[in-house]
Amino acid sequence: MKNPEPENFGAHSRRTFLKSLGTVAATAATAQVRSVAAELEKANAEKVIGPDAVPVTLKVNGEKLKLMLEPRVTLLDALRNYSSLTGAKEGCDRAVCGACTVLLGDTPVYSCQKLAIEAQGDEITTVEGLAKNEKLTKVQQAFLDKDALQCGYCTPGFVMSVTALLKKNPRPNANDVKHACAGNFCRCGTHPRILQAALKAAGVETASKTEVIDYV
Amino acid sequence: MSNWPAETKYISHSTARIDAPAKLTGQARYSSDIQANGWLYGMILRSKWPAAKILSVNLEAALKIPGIKAAVTVKDGPQTIRYYGEEIAAVAGTSKQACLDALRVIEVKAEPRHEFVVREDDAKKENSPPVWEGAANASAPHVRESGSVDTAFPECAAVIEGFYTTPVQIHHPMETHGNTVSWTDEGVTAWASTQGISSVRDGLAGALKLDHSKVRVITEYMGGGFGAKFGAGVEGVLAAKLSREAKAPVRLMLTRFDEALAVGNRPSSFQKIKIGATADGTLHAFEMENYGTAGIGAGGDSGGGGGGADIPAPYIYKVPNTRVKQSHVAVNAGSARAFRAPGNPPASYGMESAMDDLAVKLGMDPLELRLKNDPSEIRQREYKLGAEKFGWKQKYQKPGSSPGVVKTGIGCAGAAWPAGGASKSTQGEAQINPDGSIEFRLGVQDIGTGTRTVIAVVAAEILGLKPEQITVRVGDTNFPPGPGSGGSTTCASISPTVFDVCTKALEQLQTQTGIADARGENWFVACKKLGVSPLVVHGQWQQGLSSDHACGVQFAEVEVDTETGLVTVKKILGVHDCGLIINKITLESQINGGIIMGLGYALYEERVMDNLSGVVLNPNFETYKLPGIADVPDIEVVLINMPERGVIGIGEPATVPTAGAIANAVANAIGVRVSSLPITPAKILAALGKVPPPVNA
Repeated sequence: MKNPEPENFGAHSRRTFLKSLGTVAATAATAQVRSVAAELEKANAEKVIGPDAVPVTLKVNGEKLKLMLEPRVTLLDALRNYSSLTGAKEGCDRAVCGACTVLLGDTPVYSCQKLAIEAQGDEITTVEGLAKNEKLTKVQQAFLDKDALQCGYCTPGFVMSVTALLKKNPRPNANDVKHACAGNFCRCGTHPRILQAALKAAGVETASKTEVIDYV
Repeated sequence: MSNWPAETKYISHSTARIDAPAKLTGQARYSSDIQANGWLYGMILRSKWPAAKILSVNLEAALKIPGIKAAVTVKDGPQTIRYYGEEIAAVAGTSKQACLDALRVIEVKAEPRHEFVVREDDAKKENSPPVWEGAANASAPHVRESGSVDTAFPECAAVIEGFYTTPVQIHHPMETHGNTVSWTDEGVTAWASTQGISSVRDGLAGALKLDHSKVRVITEYMGGGFGAKFGAGVEGVLAAKLSREAKAPVRLMLTRFDEALAVGNRPSSFQKIKIGATADGTLHAFEMENYGTAGIGAGGDSGGGGGGADIPAPYIYKVPNTRVKQSHVAVNAGSARAFRAPGNPPASYGMESAMDDLAVKLGMDPLELRLKNDPSEIRQREYKLGAEKFGWKQKYQKPGSSPGVVKTGIGCAGAAWPAGGASKSTQGEAQINPDGSIEFRLGVQDIGTGTRTVIAVVAAEILGLKPEQITVRVGDTNFPPGPGSGGSTTCASISPTVFDVCTKALEQLQTQTGIADARGENWFVACKKLGVSPLVVHGQWQQGLSSDHACGVQFAEVEVDTETGLVTVKKILGVHDCGLIINKITLESQINGGIIMGLGYALYEERVMDNLSGVVLNPNFETYKLPGIADVPDIEVVLINMPERGVIGIGEPATVPTAGAIANAVANAIGVRVSSLPITPAKILAALGKVPPPVNA
């Protein structure tokens, strides 16, 4: 996965923060213990944000979302509970079920495992951002045609995973689809239909395996 | 008996789920998506002890956490804790983080009880620490006898004995249990993630001592239930109390961990089966001793909860001489709840395993043994059709005779869903507007089976319209009362109801407009003649349009790697009947879902509890394994069309025989029986004598 680097995160990104720690450590070798501590404290003081809410700007579905969030608020929490974008769902809140999947750029990520402040600067796409002018995308349309959803709670996550797959690989085979959806759970048991839908969105039609036979 | 039209345009065909666009674009608002004005988060403090006496709970520090608006306890006075994860208190605040902070500072004074029991065989012992004070953990056995087992067994040509066990399975709907509740002077509104808006309404009204008319439950979309989401729940009542105290709506959704602890499960079973047949394979004698636990709900006869762990036996077969002895044991764990075909998957697994073991002893093809003994004509036909399509004769090999390291095997099993039927009190209404638009309102909810679409399909068929012309509103107790989404009864409850509404609508349109047949192309003309007042038509469930007793059989083909113990299910064929098919595409989805849930039960799912701490060790999706897309085999479905029976539900029968069929296929592949679900690699290797048996398995 691409590691998105926030561009304007306070004065420092995580990388520059770690770099500065390296400088501090080198200095420590030659300086007095007390002054090292003071320097560390100063260095750290510049990076500490929170624990109170801080302004956070997210770019979601092409629009800027300005929020006040405690730094510990996850991207999922920010979307679902600090804005009205409830399409991404919470199923486990620990990076297993995939119901919270959103795209950062073209990469599907578990939004429950990303702090909102870390996602600043990224192009975030949620399931609400796919259909333009109420026209379903080919992935969404294929899900509809193949009935690749039941209760629908996991559906946004699967739609995002399949969407990301097709961006990367427009002609996936069944194994590619299974691999792309390995991080998404569905308890209603819609998997065969999701596989068919993903293939259909890629232009491969699979026949129904159901046969109706009259009893009499 | 049925009045359903013989020629149909929509019924028995496939109509895409009418709410699919809303679900696919994120516009569908699930109960956990509700953002009522000024809403607060709610969160529950749970017991870290499996057994304890809570002496006092001090909420003062929690209330001082910035953002916390309310805190309540479950009990006013002392509370007895009977399982790890039982609810103690709850808080509501302006952020999830504030609530987490508040839970940490709630002071609980408790006397932990160091004696508790979480294993069924421990709980059976006479001196096991009582889960319910002053009551034995094991209930007195329920005994059912017919004929004479003791004289019948010696008359048998072949007798086998087996001990078949099934674990506690957790529902784990993708949307956890929970509600947003707003309690104002006018009353209570609860947006509940439920499969029974009426039962939640009644439950909340009872717990909060309010008139039913003062409680409204709304469930526009919900993320699965599988039997665990019928009641208001402790969490619902807590959310209401928090809302009253905070004077704001409170959204209290459980965590994934909570799901594994406190909101239901399928009871375990420990089935000691002895079965005998005459030389031609006719079943002659059957004896079973079974026990299982429904957690604290298994106090049963000894004064505990109301739950039980009994299963139907000898399941779908008729044996002239039977003795069935069952009991349930209470353990310090969350109570069982109804779980997709309660009692049936474990019953099918145990009995069908025993049938295959008996077939081996008789030297018979297991399919032949079933055809010899299955009393259901429908299943007989399903077995024959399925065997042909599956290629049973070509594929069948003697147990263990598959060559090589990776062995293949096949198995089959049968299902019955004798419950089912319909909720006869189901009502509904339609509002027909002068512009020809029509809206159906039913107090039912869509658990994910396509309830809205069923309503649209039936209405379109009877009124001669298109499904997309029908607006369907469900999930509100302000609508005429409908059934809970359970027992495979929803479709058979609402289809006749909608039929009745439509029939009455056409009659009334005729009376009011003089147009003899308002269907199809006459529809708009007739509606226009209504003038300015919409026509509201009320209808109810009618006899003769639905029935019950679905059957079904499934065939499984597996590969077993005898070096790693890994089981790969290659194929499942399900042959199912459900009377008149209403909407084929959503019906297929339900059957797929039943099979996949059965596959999880067969190979992966098991609640694991720690004997020493009383804690659930796998309360998350990393360690409680659900089938994923890569585990799902090639699934084929044959639907037996029986329109003459009317509408029958399918949700439950589809999940019943899967585990038995897979278990039999595994035994057929490796030539030995793994008689304990889930069939893990460790158990396979142990059955093959390659590793010692797993401890406590």
